[in-house]
Amino acid sequence: MLKTTPFHERTAALCASHAWRRWAGYVVASSYELSHEREYHAIRGAAALFDVSPLYKYLVRGKDAARLLHYVVTRDVESMKVGQVAYTPWCDAAGKVLDDGTIARLDETTFRMTAAEPNLRWLQDNAAGLEVKVEDVSESIAALALQGPASRAILEEVDLKYFRLAKTKLGGIAVTVSRTGYTGDLGYEIWVQKTDALPLWDYLIEKGTPYGIMPAGMLALDVARIEAGLMLIDVDYVPARKALIASQTSSPYELDLGWTVNLKKERFVGREALAAEAGRGPQWQFVGLEIDWDSLERLYAEVGLATRLPAMAWRTSVPVYAGDEQAGYATSGGWSPLLKKYIALAHLGAAHAVPGTQLDMEITVEHRRKRARVRVVKKPFFDPERKRG
Amino acid sequence: MASWDVIVIGGGHNGLVCAAYLARAGRKVLVLERRERVGGAAMTEEVFPGFRFSVFSYVVSLLRPEIIRDLELPRHGLHILPLESTLTPLADDDYLAQWNDHDQNRRELARHSLRDAEAYDEFGLMLHQMARAIKPLLGMAPPDPTSLSLGELRAMAGLGRYFRDMKKEHFHRLTKLLTMSSADFLDEWFETEALKATKSASGIIGTLLGPRSPGTAYVLLHHYMGELDGVFRAWGFAKGGNGSVSAAIAGAARAAGAEIRCNASVANVLVSGNRAKGVVLEGGEEIRAKTVVSGADPRRTFLDLVGEKNLPAEFVDSIRRFRFRGSSAKVNLALGELPDFTCLAAAGIDRRAALRGAVSISPSVEYLERAYDDAKYGEVSRRPYMDIVIPSMLDPEMAPPGKHVMSIFVQYAPYHVNGGWTDARREALGDAVVDTLAQYAPNLKNAILHRQVVTPADIERIVGLSEGNIFQGELTLQQMFFLRPVPAWAKYRTPVRGLYQCGAGTHPGGGVMGASGRNAARAILGAA
Repeated sequence: MLKTTPFHERTAALCASHAWRRWAGYVVASSYELSHEREYHAIRGAAALFDVSPLYKYLVRGKDAARLLHYVVTRDVESMKVGQVAYTPWCDAAGKVLDDGTIARLDETTFRMTAAEPNLRWLQDNAAGLEVKVEDVSESIAALALQGPASRAILEEVDLKYFRLAKTKLGGIAVTVSRTGYTGDLGYEIWVQKTDALPLWDYLIEKGTPYGIMPAGMLALDVARIEAGLMLIDVDYVPARKALIASQTSSPYELDLGWTVNLKKERFVGREALAAEAGRGPQWQFVGLEIDWDSLERLYAEVGLATRLPAMAWRTSVPVYAGDEQAGYATSGGWSPLLKKYIALAHLGAAHAVPGTQLDMEITVEHRRKRARVRVVKKPFFDPERKRG
Repeated sequence: MASWDVIVIGGGHNGLVCAAYLARAGRKVLVLERRERVGGAAMTEEVFPGFRFSVFSYVVSLLRPEIIRDLELPRHGLHILPLESTLTPLADDDYLAQWNDHDQNRRELARHSLRDAEAYDEFGLMLHQMARAIKPLLGMAPPDPTSLSLGELRAMAGLGRYFRDMKKEHFHRLTKLLTMSSADFLDEWFETEALKATKSASGIIGTLLGPRSPGTAYVLLHHYMGELDGVFRAWGFAKGGNGSVSAAIAGAARAAGAEIRCNASVANVLVSGNRAKGVVLEGGEEIRAKTVVSGADPRRTFLDLVGEKNLPAEFVDSIRRFRFRGSSAKVNLALGELPDFTCLAAAGIDRRAALRGAVSISPSVEYLERAYDDAKYGEVSRRPYMDIVIPSMLDPEMAPPGKHVMSIFVQYAPYHVNGGWTDARREALGDAVVDTLAQYAPNLKNAILHRQVVTPADIERIVGLSEGNIFQGELTLQQMFFLRPVPAWAKYRTPVRGLYQCGAGTHPGGGVMGASGRNAARAILGAA
């Protein structure tokens, strides 16, 4: 039996499409309307409300809470201020990524960590000898993401900088709000006790309606996160715990997360391997690709068709070539309705990963495998000032 | 000494597109705009405090995808929101809705006619093929079949091959489309009156013709072109109104190095020795350039700015014959609440879902034809055709939170109205529109906070479009392709050397399309 989130009573009533997706054992809406298109545009043009309750959430408490996390993840946690949030991956001893998520410092000795996979055992095992308690609060804490340019106006009483968090009340309900999200836009995530979930949903919908708020599902989110250049576990990378062979694993450097690896820290899981990799440079790079329109149009014109574009983001492995040689593979891609560009996220051998490099990507046109021109570009594809502003 | 390579007269969207392409090609470009802001008829204005309107043109339907790509308009702020349903309210609380979702649409059509529900997909496929057949013409300077020059012959031969390779039934259909009336053409497909009327309406927009006038079927196709791009979605509502389309193009032009001067009204084009040398502004300032491009319509360009004395007599004569006959008006409403269309309540449809699309007042072909009958004899339609959108439903920032703006395109409101346009006539038009609409949405009158009525005379006065024609000249067959605006001068050039045209008065014509501006830039770059 799949679990339902604390918002299910509301989301089920709104889900006209009857399209649901599984996420960490829960069901969440793929789209509410018959097509996800307007939900996508709400993210970029007004405000979108996502149920992100299935995230794993851990409360890490105690004198050594900072020490534990500082040791587990690649970023510097000890110097985080209260109210600060940090995005970070964490690795195994070989320096390969296990998972990625956010760490929020709720007070001097309390952190909340979010993760895509279960991590309780990993945290507890690494806490040996430390004065710290790790509690899985995944089920008791419900979460909503409010994303889009109007989200600030909807949360009028909240004033937060990028990647900061605060305890506050929304419509009388005690919540924690963080200026975070998975869309690369102005946005917030709101954390609430599950018993208060429904009143919070109602409050946000009522408050947001004059601003064009829309409940939005995973299909719309998938487009937005690709535009934002944000990777997705199990799609863009295989977590080291699930890798069957070594070549399936990735280091933070290979995922374009070098900026999160703080080698100044004396000890953390994977440090030695990462220091060595930093010295020699990663073999792979995780980059953005732009598919050249004219080349795509030509492939379709050859068979007498107007250019076809994917109506939804795809998440399959697609070969990318440099001449006859395979330079790498794309793992997610889709049409950006805002940018009017066909974009993809790809892993490329380091030699081919310089922005501006012209490559070819496989594309199936009328049952036949063809190749379209692509260009390596810097991520994110879309980076509005309001995201940080 | 010319200090500029190119002066573009008029900062409408075509002028800006032309300037952007020229600047990207390294030309030193100056755009001169008469008004205090760029955009021409594609502009957004806060007409009433807190209420923003696309005062004139109000949707993006035909903006060329290659322009969006070449000029990177999304990077300069263009965000096109989907506008995907059409509601046609009918008498006795009935309605016809066209939905974006295939199943939902079919179910609704089947409620009116099972046959039409089936024909609908086939019709869509046919229009798709026709639009694809005609599309290559949009991006090219139209070849003149009478010319014997090598380039022209080659282009004609290319086109000839193109049509020869076309399937026979497609060619026949295309010929029909080019010659029939939209009502007759639709009669071949459908039996539901409201469906035929709503579809035929796009064949009459901007012309002084009725749905039963021959030639209107093609205009239907012209408008369908915007839908050809499928998921590319170049059609819809521009977030921030149509002014944001112009702002994005202006941003691209500036980024490429073009200079844009507002409040710079051109009095005339400097011509000497049959060559354009620059322009003179109102107030006397003279600005020189090697090339002058006019985004103004053909009448204003040649009769006002260049002057008859600088042009061949027969050319002047043709320009005089170029037909404008503006036939449409706009009514912009600031609303305290959403209109309650009684047909929606009766059917149990969430009005918020239905009012995110267009509302069309086109209950039957006869209704439209009668509306035209009034106009034929110089009167405003007593019961006009209306195409309505509520931009605040798509972009809440267009109105204060919880309030709305409503944009009503009205036809027919002939420029040459009996007795001429007066304030009283303007308000009478506003009343006729509100009265007609209130029959379907009775709360409308009380919901209105402010009202702005824009007549063809206002369009001419404010934006400078002759006779208020929204396409810079009627989009009728005798004024299209190699005949637009004048035979032998359809390729953006003019009898004056160094003077070009880039407005919608040239091929392929109106709509916020940008194709004329782009084609003109290419003609100029090719000539240099």
